[in-house]
Amino acid sequence: MDVVKDVLEKSAKEADKYKSVEVNKLIDIDVGALLAIDSNPLDSKALRSSPNDYLLKLTRDNVQLMYNQIWELPTERIEEAIVVKLPKPKYSLPRAKPVPKPRSLTKWEQFAKAKGIVKKKRTKLTWDDQLKKWIPLYGFKRAAAQKEKDWVLEVPQNANPMEDQFAKKVEAKSERVAKNELQRLHNIAKAKHVKIPRFGLTNPDVSSAKELQAAVTVAKSSTASLGKFQEKLPKEKEARGVGAITPGATRKRKLPPVSGSDEKTQNLNIVETVLNKRPKIDMEKAVARHMNDEQLQRSEEKKGERPKRLRKSHGSSTGGGGRKKPKNSNRPRKVLYSLELRVYFYLFI
Amino acid sequence: MVVIQRVVKATTRKGKKVLIKKEPQVNEGPKRALFLQGRRSSDKLRRLTKDLFDIKKPDAQLLNKKNDITIFEDATPVERFCRKFETPLFVMSSHSKKRPDNLVIGRMYNYSLLDMIELHVENIECMREFACQKIVLGTKPSLVFNGPTWEETEELKHLKSLFIDIFHREEVESVRLQGLEHTISFTATPEGKILIRSFNVLMKKSGTRVPRLELEEMGPRIDLTLRRSKLPSEDLMKEALRKPKELKVTKKKNISVDGLGTTHGRIHVGKQEIQKIQTRKMKGLKKTPEEIKMKRAAKRSADNNNVNKIKKQKLG
Repeated sequence: MDVVKDVLEKSAKEADKYKSVEVNKLIDIDVGALLAIDSNPLDSKALRSSPNDYLLKLTRDNVQLMYNQIWELPTERIEEAIVVKLPKPKYSLPRAKPVPKPRSLTKWEQFAKAKGIVKKKRTKLTWDDQLKKWIPLYGFKRAAAQKEKDWVLEVPQNANPMEDQFAKKVEAKSERVAKNELQRLHNIAKAKHVKIPRFGLTNPDVSSAKELQAAVTVAKSSTASLGKFQEKLPKEKEARGVGAITPGATRKRKLPPVSGSDEKTQNLNIVETVLNKRPKIDMEKAVARHMNDEQLQRSEEKKGERPKRLRKSHGSSTGGGGRKKPKNSNRPRKVLYSLELRVYFYLFI
Repeated sequence: MVVIQRVVKATTRKGKKVLIKKEPQVNEGPKRALFLQGRRSSDKLRRLTKDLFDIKKPDAQLLNKKNDITIFEDATPVERFCRKFETPLFVMSSHSKKRPDNLVIGRMYNYSLLDMIELHVENIECMREFACQKIVLGTKPSLVFNGPTWEETEELKHLKSLFIDIFHREEVESVRLQGLEHTISFTATPEGKILIRSFNVLMKKSGTRVPRLELEEMGPRIDLTLRRSKLPSEDLMKEALRKPKELKVTKKKNISVDGLGTTHGRIHVGKQEIQKIQTRKMKGLKKTPEEIKMKRAAKRSADNNNVNKIKKQKLG
C-alpha cells in the first residue's frame, strides 16, 4: 500500500511541475481552417490598462483550446514527421474565379461513348512481314520505313495504267490530313461556341475577291445539272483552281461562231469597244477639282477689283490663304470639263 | 453578315500552359495578393506594406511605383492590375490630408471587384522591433478572432472574411504537428478599433500528450479603425461562394453506423416470383401425361359448374 501511495504521490508531483493544458471556455473552433472565433465579451479594463498582455493571454488560451482539438485528430507518420489529417473546413470563402463548366465532348468522343469504344494504346513497334523487321507505327523513323515499303506499288486491276500511283498516294494522304485538320477546327469552334456555317465562306467581310469568286463558282455548280443552266453575268468568269470539284464550270474557250452574220457582229463589237473608249471619271475628284477651279476664279476676280497699292504686297506670295493652284492649269481639258459640269448639275437636280 | 469571332490559340506549348493556368479550376490554389500605392504614401504605411508582404510571401506581388488611383470612385485600374498579375486580393495604401494612413483591402471575383474595406492605420510596430526568432516562410497560421462584435455588423463580418482570405494561405488536408508555429489574433474592441497581433507559438512539455503553449509576440502590431467600405450584392456573393459539384461529398445511402461501431447496411431485394423459382428436378415426382390430362379435365368441369351457378343466380 505504501509503495502504491508513494508512486501516486510521485506522479502527482511530476504532473504539478508542468503547467496545465486545460482551459475553461467555450469558443467556436473550425479545425479544418485552423480558425478560432471567440465571441465572449472582452475585459475592457484590461484592454485599456495593458492591452498587449491581455491580448497575449487571451490568444494563448484560445490557441491552446484549438490545439487541444487538433491533437485529438488521427495522426500519420510520413518520413519522420507526424502529420495530422484535418477535416474539411466549415468556414466558406469566396472563389477567385467562377466554377469551370465541363468541356463538351467532341463528335468522336460522343460516338465512342455511345458505342462503348475504349481507347487502347497501341505499341509503337509492329512486325512487318514485307520488310521482315520491326517498324514504328508513328513518330521517329516511320516515314523512312514507309518509303522502304513503297519502293514498288502495284497498279490495281481496275485502275488506269497511265495513272501515277505514287502521286495518287501522296495526294490521298494530304487530303486525309486536310480533312482531319478541318474536323479538328470544327471541334474547337464547337467547344468555344463559335458558329460556323457548314459550307461556304466563314467570314465574307475579310475574304479576298478570289475566295469569293471560288465560293460563287462552287455554289453555282452545286445543282443537279452541275451548273450548266445557271445564269451568268455578261463578263463574269469562273474561278480557277476549283475545276476538280466543279465539273460543270469550265473556263473553256468559246468555239468560233458558225454563221457569217454572227462572226460579223462579234468583230464589230470588238472594234467598237476599242475605239469608243471613254475615260473613267472619278466623280468625287472631278467635283472637287471643279469647285476648286471656281474658287480660284472668284479670288482672281476679287484681286482685280481691289486697289493697286494692296496688290504690291500680295505680289510675292504664291498660294496665299491656303488656296492651291491646280497642277496643270494649261492642260486642254475641255471635254472633261463639260462632263464634270454635267455631273455637277446632276448632283443638284 | 454575322462577324464570326476568331478563336485565339497559343502558338507555343509554354503559351498554351500559361493560358490553361489562367482558366478557372475546380481546386484553386493559394490566393495571391497585390500590394500597391495610391497617390502618396507615408512612412508608416511603407513599413506596414513591407511587413505584410513579408508575411504573405511567396503568394504576393509588391508594386513600388505610385499610381493615380481613387479606388472608391473607379476601381478599374486596380482590376486591370489584378488581371495582369493574377492576384485576386489587393492591399492599396495611400496617404492624403483628408484620409491619412489609409489602407484599402479588397478582393476580386472573376477579375471584377467583389468587395473592399478602407481602414485607418493608427499605430504600427514592425517585426524588426520585436527581438525574437521569427517563423519559417510559408507556414500556415492559425487565426483567432476575439470579441463579440465580429458577428454583429455586416462590415465586420466581411472584414473577417477578408482577413481570413488574406492570411490563411491555402486549404490543406493535413498539417505537420511541429509546423504549427504561427498565430495571428484579430481583436475588435467595443470602441470600434481592430487590433492585430502576430505570435510565434512555442510548445512546452506538459503532463499530457498535448503540449502546453506559450506565445511570443514576433510580428507586426497593427491598430486599425474602420472607414468606408464597399460590400458585394447578395447574389454576387452567393455566386462567388458556390462550390463545384466535384467537391460535393456524396453520401452513401443505406449505410449506418450504430453506437457500438458496427456498420449496418440495407440491401433492397426485388420481389421474388415464387412460381418461377428453379428448384431441383426430381424425376420421380414428375406428373405423367395422363395425370396432366385428368387435372385439366377436372379444372374445366369445375369452371363449368361455377358458370352454371352464376347463370342460375342471375336468372333466379
